[in-house]
Amino acid sequence: MSTLAPPRSGNARPLRTDPGGRPRRGTRRLARREAGFGFLIISPAVLFVAVFTLAPMIASVALSFFSWDVITPPRFVGLDNFERIVRDDAVVSSFGTTLLLAFGIVVVQLVVGLGLAVLVNQRRRPAAKTFFRTTFYLPLLASTAAVSIFMGYMFDMKFGVINYYLNAVGLPSVPWLTSTWGAIVTIILIAAWQQVGFTFVMFVAALTSLPTDVLEAAAMDGAGPVRTLFGVKIPLISPTILFATVVAMINALQLFDQPFIMTKGGPGTATTTATIVMYQTGFQNLQFGYASAIASVLLVIILAITGLQFLAARKWAFYR
Amino acid sequence: MSSQMILNGGIAGRFWRGVGLVVLLLAAVVALGPLLWTFTTSLRTPAEAFTNPPKWLPTNPDFGNYSAVFQQVPIGTFLINSTIVTVLIVIGQTITCTLSGYAFAMIRFPGRNAIFGVFLATMMVPLQTIIIPVFVIVKSLGLTDSLGALVIPALGSAFGTFLMRQYFMQMPLELGEAARIDGASQFQIFAMVYARMAAPAVATLAILNFSAFWAEFYRPLIFLQSQDTFTLPLGLVGLQGNLGTGSISVVLAGVVLAMVPSVLLFVFAQRYFIEGVTAGSFR
Repeated sequence: MSTLAPPRSGNARPLRTDPGGRPRRGTRRLARREAGFGFLIISPAVLFVAVFTLAPMIASVALSFFSWDVITPPRFVGLDNFERIVRDDAVVSSFGTTLLLAFGIVVVQLVVGLGLAVLVNQRRRPAAKTFFRTTFYLPLLASTAAVSIFMGYMFDMKFGVINYYLNAVGLPSVPWLTSTWGAIVTIILIAAWQQVGFTFVMFVAALTSLPTDVLEAAAMDGAGPVRTLFGVKIPLISPTILFATVVAMINALQLFDQPFIMTKGGPGTATTTATIVMYQTGFQNLQFGYASAIASVLLVIILAITGLQFLAARKWAFYR
Repeated sequence: MSSQMILNGGIAGRFWRGVGLVVLLLAAVVALGPLLWTFTTSLRTPAEAFTNPPKWLPTNPDFGNYSAVFQQVPIGTFLINSTIVTVLIVIGQTITCTLSGYAFAMIRFPGRNAIFGVFLATMMVPLQTIIIPVFVIVKSLGLTDSLGALVIPALGSAFGTFLMRQYFMQMPLELGEAARIDGASQFQIFAMVYARMAAPAVATLAILNFSAFWAEFYRPLIFLQSQDTFTLPLGLVGLQGNLGTGSISVVLAGVVLAMVPSVLLFVFAQRYFIEGVTAGSFR
């Protein structure tokens, strides 16, 4: 399916020797020239990654131990920022909100993505497969900003088309974005609506590449479609499920655009995620040290959850 | 009920396949509905745009919103800015990542594995958690409130390097050896032999970058202040704020315009979009 081959270990490459078996000195000179060329062509990427990713990584952690208002020089404050985070209800609750929203988005994205992938995989006509694959991918072509704009209109309490249809069938209007739980559920649904295509496409690719002999063997042994799905297919694609979960979770934990645009983190602080608090702290209140500390905590949370997923996967993921 | 029966299209099997189709069609309605609503509402006059029921078919389309969006806000400028930023990043990353990916896959040099390990480690770190130092660096380079603030920090990429390396890894070494015997230089071996074969991976990387940077909202929000530097997503959100609910059809016309390049690209290069989704998985 994928044209990208599994990674080959760098050490597996055979040593390059001169085909003619020339003297060692020549080989060494060639090797040196090759190394020089290597350094030359990695230098642009190394420069940009070092300056704009690696250095900021280190600086972000370092800044966490400083107080800095951008105008006066940074002042070392030790662990003060982290102590402040623990006592700062707004920050603590924003981490809770982040986890809640991320968990909701990932669960919907996985369950719906997997369900749709299984159903599409059962279709026999290629045209049907192509139609559904295109359809479920389309939301990903809009930017999250654009999605937040039109979904904001559609979920508007008074004028929105969603409440219009609810009323039309005799249901009351729902305060989608103006009540605490309404806003949480709506943002989960809107983010998942856009991202389902991502997990869906991955699962379809994995299901399509399942070895037919295994499926035939399951059928021979008298396994019905449900048992084949849960007993054979899902275990076989579990590495893909793990990967999709990890990627979806890392993205969801950084949720910013949708709540920032649709609810401004509200009502109250109902949808104020950690990244929104970081934005306000850093770029509105100009507390760069404190914002960096929040960023560091978020990074640790993201890495810890990713690690936990891999640990948990040892129990259920199945590698051939 | 045996699975053989289902494969043969037994009554139960046919029933469940029918249910499956109904579920898929409902899901398709949910996926397409909001996009269709956006498109048809952008073709209604501002006065009736927010009146329900919505019009699902543009029987009497009013294209006035599409000219209005150009008159009321500098959406032309946003379009140009987005295009400049996206194109420069796509070109820049194609060059830097193809070169570095090739080096990490095919060239022996001291420290190669260590440097690549550092690249892999930076891939794990989300942009949002390092945005403050990035902002400080961008500011100290005098780039804030210019398109350079978006372009220059994005010209290199650990992920792009990784993606290209994986692709070069599966190419045969013998081709390069043969070219070397024929007297080709290191750079000629790269440019004439391997880079040409890497076209599918380059396309995947370019599509991934296009999707990511055309839609980007977070960095523009932080780095840009004046409207004439805004990219489309940031400009559209500003437009929504300025116009209020009065003329949502104008805002939606802008939303549709912003989606057109993505949709066009998708139509012609769908394969590489799908490839991009599965690219990261090591399978």
